[in-house]
Amino acid sequence: MTYDPEVKYQKSHEWARKDGTLFTVGISDYAQDSLGDVVFVELPVTGKVVKKGDAFGVVESVKAASDVYAPLSGTIVEVNSKLKDDPSLVNKEPFGAGWFVKIQASNPSEYEELLSATEYEAFVKGL
Amino acid sequence: MTTRKHRIRTVEPFIWELSAPGRVGASVPEPDVPEYPLPEEIPLRRDLPLPEVSELEVVRHFTRLSRLNYSIDTHMYPLGSCTMKYNPKVNDLAASLPGFSEAHPLLPEDLCQGSLELLYRLQTAIETLTGFHSVSLQPAAGAQGELTGVLMIRAFHQDRGDTKRTRILIPDSAHGTNPASVSMAGFTAEQIPSDKRGNVDLAVLRERCDDTVAGLMITNPNTLGLFEEHIEEVTSIVHRAGGLVYGDGANFNALLGYLKPADVGIDVMHFNLHKTFSTPHGGGGPGAGPVGAGALLAPYLPGPVVRRLEQRSQEQPNFREQVEKQKESLHRTGHSVDRTGLPEVYSEYFTLVYPEKSIGRVKAFYGNFGILVRAFTYILQMGGDGLRSVAEHAVLNANYLKHLIEKTYRIPYERPCMHEFVATGEVAPGIHTMDIAKRLLDYGFHPPTVYFPLIVKEALMIEPTETESRQTLEAFAEALLQIAQEAVTSPDLLHEAPHDTPVGRLDEVRAAREPILNRRQTEKL
Repeated sequence: MTYDPEVKYQKSHEWARKDGTLFTVGISDYAQDSLGDVVFVELPVTGKVVKKGDAFGVVESVKAASDVYAPLSGTIVEVNSKLKDDPSLVNKEPFGAGWFVKIQASNPSEYEELLSATEYEAFVKGL
Repeated sequence: MTTRKHRIRTVEPFIWELSAPGRVGASVPEPDVPEYPLPEEIPLRRDLPLPEVSELEVVRHFTRLSRLNYSIDTHMYPLGSCTMKYNPKVNDLAASLPGFSEAHPLLPEDLCQGSLELLYRLQTAIETLTGFHSVSLQPAAGAQGELTGVLMIRAFHQDRGDTKRTRILIPDSAHGTNPASVSMAGFTAEQIPSDKRGNVDLAVLRERCDDTVAGLMITNPNTLGLFEEHIEEVTSIVHRAGGLVYGDGANFNALLGYLKPADVGIDVMHFNLHKTFSTPHGGGGPGAGPVGAGALLAPYLPGPVVRRLEQRSQEQPNFREQVEKQKESLHRTGHSVDRTGLPEVYSEYFTLVYPEKSIGRVKAFYGNFGILVRAFTYILQMGGDGLRSVAEHAVLNANYLKHLIEKTYRIPYERPCMHEFVATGEVAPGIHTMDIAKRLLDYGFHPPTVYFPLIVKEALMIEPTETESRQTLEAFAEALLQIAQEAVTSPDLLHEAPHDTPVGRLDEVRAAREPILNRRQTEKL
């Protein structure tokens, strides 16, 4: 199980990577491992405005379909269209090619409220 | 992959593979009327790849396929949350009586009083069992019942101009279909967590309840198989905030004769006749999800429902005129359905009406009538005491089975269960619930529900129902315990299971990622 130290996490198992006020968002290695083989990812349209905690997409495996929640408020400016043809990227590279969306944050300070890799790892181990 | 292809094809060929040019199943006699060409606007397609087979080939093909079926008539089916109880054959006998099976849905009321009386008495029986003011038999399945109930809640708030209520709260131990029903009805679904005992977390519920909450959808017993211990507190918190409570009746089998949902503050609820009342499940027949409502929501029920008009005393010799008058007044308000002639002599008369503020129809005609006949037959056959013992034995069987396996399969919530329980499949390193489920097939048992509810990791959700004998329960427990041993001694036996079924482990991931939806695509395999 990997916990990318370069990103921050929330308890519903999404991560966010900071690049100025632009944030790349995906689901954690723990999340993809619990879901099992991902067979479908539903992503929002670009331009959609989300609040922190809003469900913006769905990830579906043979076991379950789960909502994916925004770790920050802002506007969806890009979605990973590769996931449509190859949802297994979420399993193979959850922190890399398996990213979901990019959010232009309206309140970048929300990033500070997210969990560090160590905090998130401790949270997961307590589950 | 050739091996897989070979394996599937040897089970039974596709019917197209049995086809021979020019072979027919029936010979049409020479026409004894003049022939006319088809009008040009009706295209006759000659390119459809229809199989050309004889009647005998068709009969054999489908009989062979039917023998591959797994069913409640052949084996135990402990599919949690589905109540796969035995469906008594007398139900089918009643439903096939010509008076029921051949009744035309457009018959005028006075020519189908028997069918209407059956619907009326089924409505009344469900009202008696649940404490609700009225019942509509319209919805064709559980999920449609849910949608119906949520639409009734919406109509209720809209009627009062209370349009800011857009949220519906759903505990994380609720049925999986609830959030979808909420979305379809135009509300936002919001999840409420469970506490350590598997009940709704009351503190979170209180915090989330305000004047934007339209209602709560609750499943009791919940999908952990646990009775919601603070159900009255839950419903009153929602009511105090001005919301309404929807009950998901999927697990009503556990409560029959013991708890009337209306008594604990549920406002509207559906009942799965194909679970609690022994009618066939999907594939074996259409479903039925009647909805019951308390006095507050009863006027919003979908129609038509059956009302009974009665001759109150001997001093009313002209009952026919009385009925005429009552029907006329129903016509004026637009609530009565039938406008045809009236009976000569009846002491009671059954008529179809719409409740006062009905959300309208949700299904053609009168729901799935044949299924309603089966459920009514079951209720009459069991009687009140019999239905009470259904709940007792369903709960007893689940607890006995839980007791037999709980030393080997961890049970996350340690308290007596209701009609089902959730265990986890983590019996050895590297073994997943799916492996156990597949291996159970080799032992001749249908697997339990797996990976649901989502709040338990590697969940195995087991519901034996009241119709299994002690011997069958013990044989099923024995199979689970042996599989747990195999998981340690020969894990590959589990990873590669099933071994003794017509087809082996299917590639569910590839099937979902690259679905093949018609025969011609199978050539790609």
